[in-house]
Amino acid sequence: MLLREFYTPKDLAEQISSTNSDGVVTIQRAYAVEKNDFKRAGEVSSQIKKIMKQVGVRPDIIRRVSVAAYEAEMNIIIHSDGGSIEFILNPEIIELVILDRGPGIADIQLAMKEGYSTASKDVRELGFGAGMGLPNMKRCSDEFVIESEVGKFTKLQIIFHQST
Amino acid sequence: MTVEGLCQNNDLTLIAGANGLQREIEGIYIGDMLSWVMGRAQEKQLWITIQTNLNILAVALMADISCIVVVEDADIPHETIKKANDEGIPLFQSSLTAYELAIKLTGADVL
Repeated sequence: MLLREFYTPKDLAEQISSTNSDGVVTIQRAYAVEKNDFKRAGEVSSQIKKIMKQVGVRPDIIRRVSVAAYEAEMNIIIHSDGGSIEFILNPEIIELVILDRGPGIADIQLAMKEGYSTASKDVRELGFGAGMGLPNMKRCSDEFVIESEVGKFTKLQIIFHQST
Repeated sequence: MTVEGLCQNNDLTLIAGANGLQREIEGIYIGDMLSWVMGRAQEKQLWITIQTNLNILAVALMADISCIVVVEDADIPHETIKKANDEGIPLFQSSLTAYELAIKLTGADVL
């Protein structure tokens, strides 16, 4: 499944915009997110929000994608050994693909439960660890797919329909 | 009302984000757990919290919160103040508790 390589910091803000034969423009960006990088937390989701504003995405969709992107970014920073966020935008959908290296999630059903968190005391003091990250992401999205392998990775695919 | 209307309030001191004073306020949300606030606060709400770390600005930005009030005179780090100015999100400080401030703001028709 996971044949793609992980992004490194030099790939940050790598942009691929392409136009297909029907003139449909797709914006695609990939961002690296580092483990424990609380100082830059929120930068990737801020950039994603700016792009959506520039393109003129509907405000309520911008908000839902932004919240999901921020939660995903924080999850990588707090729980993983680093990872990436891929952002894809075309006239039909917006898609976030979040992939991290790290401990993975042993019990996905439990992790999806509101209020369940494995965050450390230090992280909780910063206001994280409410156990709302994954539930928030799912609630904001139209399609939500999570897969994980303990000791290896967690991958989220989150899709937002622009027509709804 | 707009955030600017709060500047006359004696219980609040504007610390940063003066470039966002024209933002509209529609209601109040109180909370200190960031993801909880992100998931439950509505856009354009005034957010009362005791959290002061940099991430409160990211939460406000993503959730379209109109302004942040740090209560009980919690210390606000310099980097948080800088970020509020950079993003144009008004950041106030108050000596009141969240409960006391919410009552006073409700009386002042912020809701």
